[in-house]
Amino acid sequence: MEIDKGNSRAGSSSGSPIEFRLDPASGVPTYLQLVQQVEHALRLGYLKPGDQLPKVRDVVASLTINPNTVLKAYRELETKGLAAGRPGQGTFIQATLNQVALPELTTLRRPLLGWLTAAEAAGLDEDGIVALFTSVLRDFFKRRGGSADRRGAVNGETEDVG
Amino acid sequence: MNVIETNGLGKCYGRTWALRECTLAIPAGHLAALVGPNGAGKTTFMNMSVGLAVPTAGTVTVLGDQPVGSPAALDGIAFVAQDAPVYLNLSAGDMLHLTRNLNRRFDQRYAHERLAGLGIPLGKKAGKLSGGQRAQLALTLALARRPQLLILDEPLAMLDPLARQDFMATVMTSMAEDGVSVLLSSHALAELERVTDYLVLLSGGQVQVTGEVEDLLACHRVLTGPAAEADSLARQLRVVQARRGGAQAHLLVRTGGPDDPVPPGWEAHPVSLEELALAYLRSPGAEVLPGPSLVQHTEPTEVAR
Repeated sequence: MEIDKGNSRAGSSSGSPIEFRLDPASGVPTYLQLVQQVEHALRLGYLKPGDQLPKVRDVVASLTINPNTVLKAYRELETKGLAAGRPGQGTFIQATLNQVALPELTTLRRPLLGWLTAAEAAGLDEDGIVALFTSVLRDFFKRRGGSADRRGAVNGETEDVG
Repeated sequence: MNVIETNGLGKCYGRTWALRECTLAIPAGHLAALVGPNGAGKTTFMNMSVGLAVPTAGTVTVLGDQPVGSPAALDGIAFVAQDAPVYLNLSAGDMLHLTRNLNRRFDQRYAHERLAGLGIPLGKKAGKLSGGQRAQLALTLALARRPQLLILDEPLAMLDPLARQDFMATVMTSMAEDGVSVLLSSHALAELERVTDYLVLLSGGQVQVTGEVEDLLACHRVLTGPAAEADSLARQLRVVQARRGGAQAHLLVRTGGPDDPVPPGWEAHPVSLEELALAYLRSPGAEVLPGPSLVQHTEPTEVAR
């Protein structure tokens, strides 16, 4: 009954192009899952500037989570400059994430493939490569990094520690 | 504003202290979970907060220093007792009529709309409703009073999973839309993980842990490492619970925060709310009580974060 209502509301009248879902097994804190889903939707083009994020009350009713969790996620998106709240209306997408064009991605792929071949030749298996890459990546963003970037890295780390 | 504030609160039944030396402050705007084993004093605490039981010792005030039982407290707090009691021989409509006439404030339209939305017919006797519908009826009557604080004693115990989700969705929506603060008691910690942002852990009639869930999780971690070093490490750290095998040991420790250094050779893992609560319940000697600064947490700091 409740679920049907949630769907019909989200389907047409809620006004947001996306709908959140939670992965209970991921171990990622709930608010961070919401932030990551918005970022993901921005990268894939499901969301663009001007689009409205789901209303707090709708998220709360459909996922049965604490409203403070949703507010925290939306504040985080505001801090990152990705969204802005409009009083009495809701939260709207303000900026898009840097998207790199396809040819550039192809250019960036090549040296990475070369590195992977070298890593394998040195005796690392897939898990070893992932571990090394993740650790270097984390160090890289920790050492330099503007405020927004660093926030993300620090948050990522707290739950990666385990 | 604190929705409930107690100082040395205690209740004695005969010679047994059901609750003693309870000093805490629950800030507004949270869904606070009152957690503990049977007989920990949860119901006693709630009954004293709403004025159904008189303290033997200490004081309790509600909604920013209002005495329990004052008109402001009676109007501002709605309480749903264990098993969502309603008069089984009255119809849903009669329950609405009764509640409206027993209270100074009652939002009749809200109550009607909610019951219609839930598909609960006004003419049906409460005794003929399903467990989930009866719980929703009790919750509707409580919320139609437009309270600032909603207190629920074991609201989920009798409900099936779908009814639990519907029930909690209603509670969360009232928090989001009307800014209602909530205090609920439960043993089922795992399912509170996503809804609770404030924890009050009672054990053996005393407050053992209290604080914002986020802060509590941030200052605890599990360290995994060689069992041989566990004892020397345990002497330097505040260990809540230690589990060890022949070679490997897990220590649930309290730290200064997520940036505390991890001892070399040990791995740090974050803890879940359930893990944290169970560890404390199994170690009655350990406690985390807020310092003076934590007690004074109010909305401004909350927003700043």
